[in-house]
Amino acid sequence: MKPPKSPLLQKLSFFSKSVPLNNHSEYSLKDRRTEEVYRKRWQHDKVVRTTHGVNCTGSCSWKVHVKDGIITWETQQTDYPSTGPDMPEYEPRGCPRGATFSWYTYSPLRVRYPYVRKALLRLWREARKQTEDPVEAWDIIVNDAAKTKEYKAARGKGGFVRADRKEAMELIAAQLIHTIKNDGPDRIFGFSPIPAMSMVSHAAGARFLSLIGAPLLSFYDWYADLPASSPQIWGDQTDVPESSDWFNAGYLLIWGSNLPQTRTPDSHFMVEARYRGTKVSAVSPDYAEYVKFADDWLAVRPGMDGALAQAMTHVILKEFYVDQQVPYFIEYAKKFTDLPYFMMLEPAEANGFVTGKFLRASDLGMPLSNAEWKPVVFDENNQHFVVPNGSIGHRWEETGRWNLLDHDESQQLEGIEPVLSLLNREDEQVTLHLPYFSADREKIIRRNIPVKKIIVNGQEKYAATVFDVMMTNSGVNRGLPGEYPASYDDDIPYTPGWQEKITGVKKAQVIKVAREFAQNAADSNGRSMIIMGSGINHWYHSDTIYRSVLNMVLLTGCQGVNGGGWAHYVGQEKVRPLEGWQTVALSRDWGGPPRLQNGTSFFYFATEQWRHEEFSAEEMTSPVRNKPRYRHHADYNALAARLGWLPSYPQFDRNATKLYEESGAASKEEAINYIVDQLKSGNLSFAVENPGKKENFPKTLFVWRANLLGSSAKGHEYFLHHLLGTHGHTFSEYDDSLRTEAIHWEETTPSGKLDLLVNIDFRMNGTGLYSDIVLPAATWYEKHDISSTDMHPFIHPFNPAITPPWESKTDWDTFTELAEVFSTLAEKQFPEPVKDIVTTPLLHDSKEELAQPMGRVPDWKDGVTPPQPGVNLPQIHIVERDYQKIYKKMVSLGPTVKKTIGSKGLAWDAQEEYEKLQRLLGAVKWQEEAFAGCPSLEKGRSVAQAILTLSSTTNGSLAMKAWKVLEKKTKLSLQDLAEERAEEHLSFEEITAQPRKVITSPVYSGSETGNRRYSPFTTNVERKIPWRTLTGRQHFYLDHDIMLEFGEELPTFKSPLPSQVFYERDRQPEVDTKVITLNYLTPHYKWSYHSTYGDTLPMLTLFRGGPHVWLSPHDADEAEIEDNDWIEMYNRNGLVVARAVVSHRMPRGVVYMYHVQERHINVPGSPTTKDRGGTFNSPTKIHVKPTQMIGGYAQLSYGFNYYGPTGNQRDGYVHIRKLKEVKWLED
Amino acid sequence: MKIKAQFGMVMSLDKCIGCHTCSVTCNNTWTNRPGAEYMWWNNVETKPGIGYPKGWENQEKNNGGWTLKNGRLELKAGGRAKKLAQIFYNPDLNMIDDFYEPWTYDYETLIHSPEKKHQPVARPKSQLTGEYMELQWGPNWEDDLAGVHQTGKLDPNMRGLEEQVKLEYEEAFMMYLPRICEHCINPSCLSSCPSGAMYKRDEDGIVLVDQDACRSWRFCMSGCPYKKVYFNWQTKKAEKCTFCFPRIENGDPTICSETCVGRIRYIGIVLYDADRVEAAASVTNEQELYEAQLSLFLDPFDPEIIEQAKKDGIAEDWIEAAQQSPVYKMAVKQKIALPLHPEYRTLPMVWYVPPLSPIMNALEGQVDALDPKMMFPTIEQMRIPVQYLANLLSAGDEEVIKVVLKKMVIMRHVMRAKQLQKEYDSSLLHMTELSEEEIVDMYRLLAIGKYEDRYVIPKAHREQAGNMYFGQGIAGYDFMQNCHECMGGSGALEEEFEARWRKNYG
Repeated sequence: MKPPKSPLLQKLSFFSKSVPLNNHSEYSLKDRRTEEVYRKRWQHDKVVRTTHGVNCTGSCSWKVHVKDGIITWETQQTDYPSTGPDMPEYEPRGCPRGATFSWYTYSPLRVRYPYVRKALLRLWREARKQTEDPVEAWDIIVNDAAKTKEYKAARGKGGFVRADRKEAMELIAAQLIHTIKNDGPDRIFGFSPIPAMSMVSHAAGARFLSLIGAPLLSFYDWYADLPASSPQIWGDQTDVPESSDWFNAGYLLIWGSNLPQTRTPDSHFMVEARYRGTKVSAVSPDYAEYVKFADDWLAVRPGMDGALAQAMTHVILKEFYVDQQVPYFIEYAKKFTDLPYFMMLEPAEANGFVTGKFLRASDLGMPLSNAEWKPVVFDENNQHFVVPNGSIGHRWEETGRWNLLDHDESQQLEGIEPVLSLLNREDEQVTLHLPYFSADREKIIRRNIPVKKIIVNGQEKYAATVFDVMMTNSGVNRGLPGEYPASYDDDIPYTPGWQEKITGVKKAQVIKVAREFAQNAADSNGRSMIIMGSGINHWYHSDTIYRSVLNMVLLTGCQGVNGGGWAHYVGQEKVRPLEGWQTVALSRDWGGPPRLQNGTSFFYFATEQWRHEEFSAEEMTSPVRNKPRYRHHADYNALAARLGWLPSYPQFDRNATKLYEESGAASKEEAINYIVDQLKSGNLSFAVENPGKKENFPKTLFVWRANLLGSSAKGHEYFLHHLLGTHGHTFSEYDDSLRTEAIHWEETTPSGKLDLLVNIDFRMNGTGLYSDIVLPAATWYEKHDISSTDMHPFIHPFNPAITPPWESKTDWDTFTELAEVFSTLAEKQFPEPVKDIVTTPLLHDSKEELAQPMGRVPDWKDGVTPPQPGVNLPQIHIVERDYQKIYKKMVSLGPTVKKTIGSKGLAWDAQEEYEKLQRLLGAVKWQEEAFAGCPSLEKGRSVAQAILTLSSTTNGSLAMKAWKVLEKKTKLSLQDLAEERAEEHLSFEEITAQPRKVITSPVYSGSETGNRRYSPFTTNVERKIPWRTLTGRQHFYLDHDIMLEFGEELPTFKSPLPSQVFYERDRQPEVDTKVITLNYLTPHYKWSYHSTYGDTLPMLTLFRGGPHVWLSPHDADEAEIEDNDWIEMYNRNGLVVARAVVSHRMPRGVVYMYHVQERHINVPGSPTTKDRGGTFNSPTKIHVKPTQMIGGYAQLSYGFNYYGPTGNQRDGYVHIRKLKEVKWLED
Repeated sequence: MKIKAQFGMVMSLDKCIGCHTCSVTCNNTWTNRPGAEYMWWNNVETKPGIGYPKGWENQEKNNGGWTLKNGRLELKAGGRAKKLAQIFYNPDLNMIDDFYEPWTYDYETLIHSPEKKHQPVARPKSQLTGEYMELQWGPNWEDDLAGVHQTGKLDPNMRGLEEQVKLEYEEAFMMYLPRICEHCINPSCLSSCPSGAMYKRDEDGIVLVDQDACRSWRFCMSGCPYKKVYFNWQTKKAEKCTFCFPRIENGDPTICSETCVGRIRYIGIVLYDADRVEAAASVTNEQELYEAQLSLFLDPFDPEIIEQAKKDGIAEDWIEAAQQSPVYKMAVKQKIALPLHPEYRTLPMVWYVPPLSPIMNALEGQVDALDPKMMFPTIEQMRIPVQYLANLLSAGDEEVIKVVLKKMVIMRHVMRAKQLQKEYDSSLLHMTELSEEEIVDMYRLLAIGKYEDRYVIPKAHREQAGNMYFGQGIAGYDFMQNCHECMGGSGALEEEFEARWRKNYG
């Protein structure tokens, strides 16, 4: 071809001069140099692989484009390892929120320098002029009521001044040391959620705080994302399928989980599964985004999902267990659930019985070890009660019987065949009294049940199978006398007809969906799946709702099957390299134990919300039992603290580092005895027993990788007033008839408990605004870190695209810097190591879960039962802390891991891996013996590498060791699950080159072997590994005393809490406009992930630019509200000012204020409070649930982020009125 | 016959989750700058609704696109004479408020506020005037039916449905409509430009604005019935979606496509007969425009077409790409993708697979037959009225929509039987005129949709554009490429090089 004459690349001959093509369409006659404009925009210097450390469990791999040294934009990576030829791929992963992240880098919202509020900085500088000693300087401030009031009252009201980094660090370190010396390290708290989203950054603060003895606050339960039902049923925190496994389902029931909105990068698997013929049914009160994809829509009334699920359970039991018997279901129920296990029935009133405890080997006088922990079934073949393998009693002994083989321990039988039902073979029938909790009928249901007569300790007793109790409770008519429905139409619990008036869903629809769901499971051997989420998980009774829903997957053999089972997606997280992260973050490599506090209890007391309780426990407890032991929910928490069920920090009403000295003990044992005696005599109290006393206040709070106040602070206004001591606008007054017994009620309610709030963030948000000190953090495009999730099986790296700009630092560098300043100050302040008395609760996955047999309440406050640490008292440890060495320990990997590392009750060694790290990372420079040869953790990247090297999911050698340990415990053959990848060690370089899939390991319950999709509990079902529960199987029945007390021994239906807009005693605002009352819901939002991204200009532009609430046109009309009007929304807990979004997508009676909408962008003032409107959490308040405080009993034992009361917030109501006048309150 | 290659896109509305990632990534890459703040070359609308800009589909008001006058194709806004008369006042032009007034916030105040009585707040202020403002409209104001109980009534696609559809909770329906420039075969923006500043690239059909030639008349804006040409108020030039040609030329999909997490987008080329464009755009009956446009697309497997295509300068790898093209497959072979508002007569090249939707009467309890074999609702029971989709995608012809939806439902039915290893009713296949093999092909493209199947993008033959041997060394050097005066150059260097080149290799 002839070369063109015109300048090259400007006028291209192929891209030729155009001529008019014909008479209607014209082409340019000019050259095309104009194209260079866009071509140059596209060009960039480099592309960096990183991810987003946001609390969304997306863990998406992104390409960050750098042009002229500037981060310009990001697009998703598309190079995930393949799911195979017949499945959709993971590419691309990402969402619109994530795509705006680069906006933060250079935005005016970026925190560029350290800031301290003027009021505090002035006091600090004055005090520092008075003394050379920084700790003394803090003392000058903190012991002066006028001074503390001054800087605390200024919180949240502007006035930040740029501070010198060193100065800020010194202030923090001085405050920490002052607190440790005067009150103990357990008064210092750290809040940083979801380690999986950026493990190194989480570990930064966690490691530092653990080393000094400061408690970390849990988040999963606090966020109300933890489904308490999961530990209850499975003894597992949460284990769910990766999103691609949705594609394997034959039936998808989506229940309160708005996939397109909240699982944006995953939802295509659901969409695409439909083309494979998978039916999708949606349960949702509003016409939500996921409803768009559903074949059926069950428009349920909010919070009534439990009733719907109970009715579906009824249909499945009736049609698939009575009308026909599906062999697959029956076999599954016998092998993998507690349905064939027996419980004893206890006499209630005349002619009546109530459910009781599981029948155990001990009850039948079988001479076995741990007999109280070995429940029994009745063997069809031998016509005897037998003790199946796999119970928790087997777990904590070395008999090799901790497996799900069909073996019996009592007579050494094999091939046992448990009886499911006693119907037609019963010794007798008795009337069972069952609790019922809705106001629509009598509270006790009486139905006959087939039972077996047995002799227990010489006494005649009745026993029934869990299966028969389930059938009886569900009201499935098997021709037995009692209050059984004759048909689905009968308005008797729990028929489809009964639920109709509660849920608003037509019974025919309920029957149809239940039937389809089960039929599909029968046709596909368990490939029916329920995707469930916060829509049904954030309620006060979410655990009972979930248990009712989960009945469906357990009864149809779907759990532990690819394409089947529950798929819970709410803030769940999966730190895939679990042991490595735990070791580094909790400084286990230097010994411990760490102080790990459950968040809900902490905030409940710290923010004084406990005093605002609206309901007596009597309103919630079982009508078939005695009256509850306490009226006030907080008393149950005090019970849980003293019995070792829940952690409780601040710990005692005295400094934990002084107790040892005080005791004058010569040994550890003496010291422990001293403490037990002190507790028994009442000389020493748990701090929780008087949260209003100054000595028991939390003094310091670090918040990093989090937005506590703007995002997760349920009862926001209580936080501001009681914890921070600044403005806070509640209207609520105490209920004088509802006072605590076990907790002292101080007459003056404290305000401003916290002495120092430190926030580390890259953006100014609702936490930063109210913090005393804000330190500038590096963003996710400026650091090394790793992230993982349960949505996909890959590990993703963070890599810096640019160096942290201005004075920002990575979290790792910030906390190591603080550790260094702290350690230097400690040289003078702590010349010698101190002995810290550390209490810990009775832990799940440890032998302590056998502490309290039969699930009774061995309360030592009764004056009879002796308190015993580790039995009915927390475990007591003595930890030596050398505060001068904190920095050195922080940046060296301690030698403990050489001998032991592990998780979930399993431990192995990491000797070779430790040695590898010595070479890989280099050793630290100190010559002292304690640090000689320790791998260096000075750099964040090294920490990431250490986590990868020390975890069995990322290092094949450890996976092999871990399986070997479990093989020994179970006498099963398991190592083959990891064999194919035994030689792999995922390095930081490798995962940066391309995402890598994790290795199958016993720290999780699913198998990825052979490029299989992850689904939980597949190793339990296929490889016979027990669940970590009482029976070793999946539990329908929970027999703990407190469960019985509250009538939740079986999945049941409990209505949401009643409306609590205002009580007569409250200070209700007087308004002259029309007011409507609506159920206040806070679903997850489309235009942010919690608060992240919600403040970026693109996200604010793409919807309505500020806080808003959604309501139906009918409700809006009633209050004369038009679309986009300003409104005021309030209840006794607080007030919000927002815009109205009126839409016919919304049902009547409900208002949505999407989570998270804060108060610092486009929020005007309220004429009612004469102050700025609040956050979406201003109208919320915590309601704690006593059944979630149980501990020391099999799967109902404490684990951090595993069990504990949730910070639910769905059960509230609000008033809404139109706001006529808008003031911006610029003063 | 004159064969041309044209890029097209298919978006499956059935897969769209309405997440707007496409909008954000496009905006970040291309329009995140002063003068372009309000531009969303790619936007996503909730339907029903009036969209962005407000009421863009209302051609009675906007006068965009083409119309037939006395059997001849004419711009709806009028011919050259009329345009000349109105050149200083264009009555059809959308105003900024129809799009929205772009805003930002005084974010700085959150960090720099002095101590105050109240918590500081970042208030919205206009990016045009810098003044504080009250937000009244935005580029996605109606997201998920926000306010649509009212604005929905103004949606032109609701015509004929006023009686039937109430915009009430019980009957609520919605879908998302992601939109980019249609890169029409018969672009009315181009014909509307008095300066000839717009052009359609000969080699791939991408429609662009020549930034040097644009004279700010803005007739392209009003002439485009999709309202996908924007005016940069800083540079005073029109700008629009470029189909990411700098990526496309290298074989990469557009930003909006690659970042689409719904995986709804497909890119490929079609071969079409340029000689028949006018005739196709001029068929009398609007409802025949869809088939007329289809008839332009040529069979890339036909040996005669291949022969002719080569003669017309189309490279072999491009012909191969046309054969593999998902756009060809979905629009022509499977006929499940449809053009957006074919009645505008621009022969748009972004096509849409219409959405399935849940059954209409669920709330009244009129649920489907309980026969488990009939798991899927039938077309008539779908929540989105067929008429609505027809108004959007087939100039009102409901039959066209029904045929597509039926294919999708039957695909689900057949595939369900296959996944459960059961028999299916084979008479269903006859209803769709598709074989099982074709159903499986359809399934694989819609469900499995691997990257290389979604995007079949032949790379540009830049070697034909000039001397790449020379280009290698000078690429990126502005002073050699663009600026003839800088560095003392005068373009002579290049000519000298060329002269030498010709001597040696000529």
